[in-house]
Amino acid sequence: MHEVSIMESAVRMAVDAAKSAGASRVLALRLRVGTLSGAVPEALRFAFDVVCRDTIAEGASLEMESVPAAGWCPACRAEFECADFISECPRCHNPNGELRRGRELEIASVEID
Amino acid sequence: MCKECGCGLGGGDLKIGGHSHEHGHDHGHDHAHGQDHHHHHEHEHSHGGKTLSLNLSLLEQNARLAEQNRGFFRAKKLLVLNVVSSPGSGKTTFIRETAAQLAGRLRLGVIVGDLATDNDAARLRTAGIPVVQITTGTVCHLDADMVAKAAAQMDLDQLDVLVIENVGNLVCPADYDLGEDLRVVLLSVTEGEDKPLKYPPMFHSAHVAVVTKSDMAAAAGFNRELALQNLERVCHHARIFELSAKTGDGMKAWLDFLAEQRAA
Repeated sequence: MHEVSIMESAVRMAVDAAKSAGASRVLALRLRVGTLSGAVPEALRFAFDVVCRDTIAEGASLEMESVPAAGWCPACRAEFECADFISECPRCHNPNGELRRGRELEIASVEID
Repeated sequence: MCKECGCGLGGGDLKIGGHSHEHGHDHGHDHAHGQDHHHHHEHEHSHGGKTLSLNLSLLEQNARLAEQNRGFFRAKKLLVLNVVSSPGSGKTTFIRETAAQLAGRLRLGVIVGDLATDNDAARLRTAGIPVVQITTGTVCHLDADMVAKAAAQMDLDQLDVLVIENVGNLVCPADYDLGEDLRVVLLSVTEGEDKPLKYPPMFHSAHVAVVTKSDMAAAAGFNRELALQNLERVCHHARIFELSAKTGDGMKAWLDFLAEQRAA
């Protein structure tokens, strides 16, 4: 996966947001990472320290909220938990579930000073 | 190693149509600024610092460029395919035969992505197909920015269908929208029936799944039922075709589908 470029985007967005708000430092980044996003949290954390170096986000903390995957069953008209991309409804075994959550790779907020 | 994602592929420089592009991935920075800033909502935070809500996708930059591509391609009335598979699944032969058999019906051009060499582009060019090569060098997938630059080197007004042959890789290209209408994933009979289960994000994201090299199914001991069952589990929404580009078996249904999609 592209954890390095994903973290580069995250830090760039955080730094841009901080600068445009007149801040001089980024204290924290909060990300939302879906369980089916393909991004590995440990690899994101590793990349974070590297890409923050020599930016106003150096030394910032990184919080990652894991977003569990959820499917939508059109027959039951209800959500179900998905462990993977096989979106079979556990109630009625309809195979045509639609993945509704779990692919998130988002920057939720930044804390600046 | 891929500079972009650290996935272990690659090692050279980005080249589009024979020209070197340094810092290929930096182009988007200019586009990414500005608009983002409208999303901020400031409020005081207890830690002394201030919290800004952003709520932005980290793939936003590519997504925005992909939407620009999509709008541009629609205006040109092009049907755009993003063809993905593992290395050696038969993408180039499949595309070459598709172009040859559509001749007189639809005009097809190709953007080819590879880590290195322009062998695939040369094979297509020899067959008389307009081709622009992207040599990604360090990057294991195409992105929307590379496709925009390659498309600028093609005479799109002379085409009906633009095929983007992605880098042979079933992992990273899954996350990069190029602005295509249809994502077409290939599964060759020599690869094993469980590929869809091993690489679910890619297969899940596909609109079309094509089982290729069907002429070799018996020799490879290919379990057709199992492969179709696995495809249906991971990409039940996808149209499935089974064909051999080499013998032409099954090509007609695929070509008719393309013509129908182009007309839609």
